[in-house]
Amino acid sequence: MRNWILPEYIEDILPAEALAIEVIRRRILDRLLVCGYQLVMPPMLEFVESLIPSNDSNMNLRMFKVIDQLSGKMMGLRADITSQIARIDAHLLNHAGVTRLCYVGSVLHTTPSGLNRTRELLQIGAELYGHAGLESDLEIQKLMLQCLIISGINEIYLDLGHVAVFRGLINGEKIPVELETELFGALQAKDTSTLKELCVGAKKYMGKVSQQAFMLLPELYGDRRILIQARKLLPDYPEIRMALDELGTVATELESSVRALNFDLADLRGYHYHTGIVFAAYTNNSPNAVALGGRYDEIGKAFGRARPATGFSMDLRELSRLIKLDSRPKAILAPYNRNNKNLNKKIEHLRTEGEIVVVELSKYQNKKNTLGCNRKLVLKNKIWEVIDI
Amino acid sequence: MAGITIALSKGRIFEETAPLLRAAGIFLLDDLETSRKLILATNRTDVKFIIVRASDVPTYVQHGAADIGISGKDVLLEHGGAGLYQPLDLNIACCRMMVAVRDNFDYESAVRYGARLRIASKYVRIAHEHFAGKSMHVDLIKLYGSMELAPLVGLADAIVDLVSSGDTLKANHLVAVEEIMPISAHLIINQAALKLKRKIIQPMLEIFSAIVKENSTAHKNL
Repeated sequence: MRNWILPEYIEDILPAEALAIEVIRRRILDRLLVCGYQLVMPPMLEFVESLIPSNDSNMNLRMFKVIDQLSGKMMGLRADITSQIARIDAHLLNHAGVTRLCYVGSVLHTTPSGLNRTRELLQIGAELYGHAGLESDLEIQKLMLQCLIISGINEIYLDLGHVAVFRGLINGEKIPVELETELFGALQAKDTSTLKELCVGAKKYMGKVSQQAFMLLPELYGDRRILIQARKLLPDYPEIRMALDELGTVATELESSVRALNFDLADLRGYHYHTGIVFAAYTNNSPNAVALGGRYDEIGKAFGRARPATGFSMDLRELSRLIKLDSRPKAILAPYNRNNKNLNKKIEHLRTEGEIVVVELSKYQNKKNTLGCNRKLVLKNKIWEVIDI
Repeated sequence: MAGITIALSKGRIFEETAPLLRAAGIFLLDDLETSRKLILATNRTDVKFIIVRASDVPTYVQHGAADIGISGKDVLLEHGGAGLYQPLDLNIACCRMMVAVRDNFDYESAVRYGARLRIASKYVRIAHEHFAGKSMHVDLIKLYGSMELAPLVGLADAIVDLVSSGDTLKANHLVAVEEIMPISAHLIINQAALKLKRKIIQPMLEIFSAIVKENSTAHKNL
């Protein structure tokens, strides 16, 4: 057994990528902080029941679990940070008004989820609690777009959906849970043939109007015209009407800051805990959404305090693959001399100015230019100066 | 905007897809039969094909190596369909997923008495789901081909396999005893591709779905 081999889909992050990740981590965190989002650091592992408040079986399968030697209870290594933040908001902070929180940290998945080629994601995100209106939805959505732009992603394709459309149809009829799950699965895959089978087979549970509405949902995908079509074709339930209005308003606000904006009324990602608008940002050359978010008003209920909530998250590793940092050498090579006060002062000065200064240890002096340096410190007329190599 | 890549497999699926593609105004520039290329250009600069094994089509599309694929329902179910949109049943390359046994094997009684059967199949996931749904205990044996042989040489009591004409079963003294599901080829789309390249994909999808509708009404009128 070669003991240096890592498990599948687990990787080391090497210097170039690590730097890229750190650069965008700082940019995003700085942005979140100046927007009033307070940083919190929840633990890597906690009891399973607090990590999966919504009884999401998918999440349960994705979570690594261990037995806590102290309590005998099952602990999970977090597969998502959102529920931890909800727990913190509900119990620890317990503010009455609006709370804004942000976080960054690793999450682990038992299997590489979908197209993520890693089982360890570096999740960064922001959550806003205590406000139920469109204002907070828009604040979070705009913040997400800003974070993508400052990370260097300019071509953003934004997809908007609304869970209330599907929920409205489900609530309008007496649909059993198993059927709901199957309908949900078929809609997620836009699998029209299965959907048709399900609807035809479920005649006794739903009227003709709902049947047609369910079968229409996968086709309600595209630009603004979709909203007009949806208003015409979907049953006129107040929930659905309100959802379509909300989507229209959000689109008007965000249209100018993205490359393309589309609606997808069959997108029910996170249906188990989302309650309102859901959104996903895509960009060229990435087979995954680069940022995801939505409204999830119910999640705090499991912690004894249901609060309106909306937020977004993204994977820093995925983001870092999409941006190109200048990787040309830019450090300064300095000679080693412990006793030369002027030299050491100069090095210190350069470093405070943000320059990378690498001291060449005498024993290992390299003839060639290595260590990522493009300049060096030399003594000219008794003054230490930086010159190009 | 970048063009799109369509993943296809040679054989029946390609033969029956070609008319659809022609109707959408897409022609191959090379002859598939003689060409050894795996990436094939078309008359449209924004559309190219890649030729992969049938069972690999969903994987290529899932990972975005191809934007669109045409894949049998059997392959899709075995793959699981994660990360894929499956918006259209093309109604081509139709056949049935069946349980088959030796013609002298009493399948009905074996099921009734709760026997634990050995099932050989290439489609272990479909087989597993099917027998679990019937609350039957089975041991699955994964094979990669010539499933019909398994019951004859005592490797398995039954097989789960695709049946189109039934001739291979007959030639090997097997009978189909249960239909699991009808199978046909489906159009699959990478989820991000539908969002990023909608301008190319959407019109194609509409043409395909119009043709499929037309074919099915023509079929009904026969």
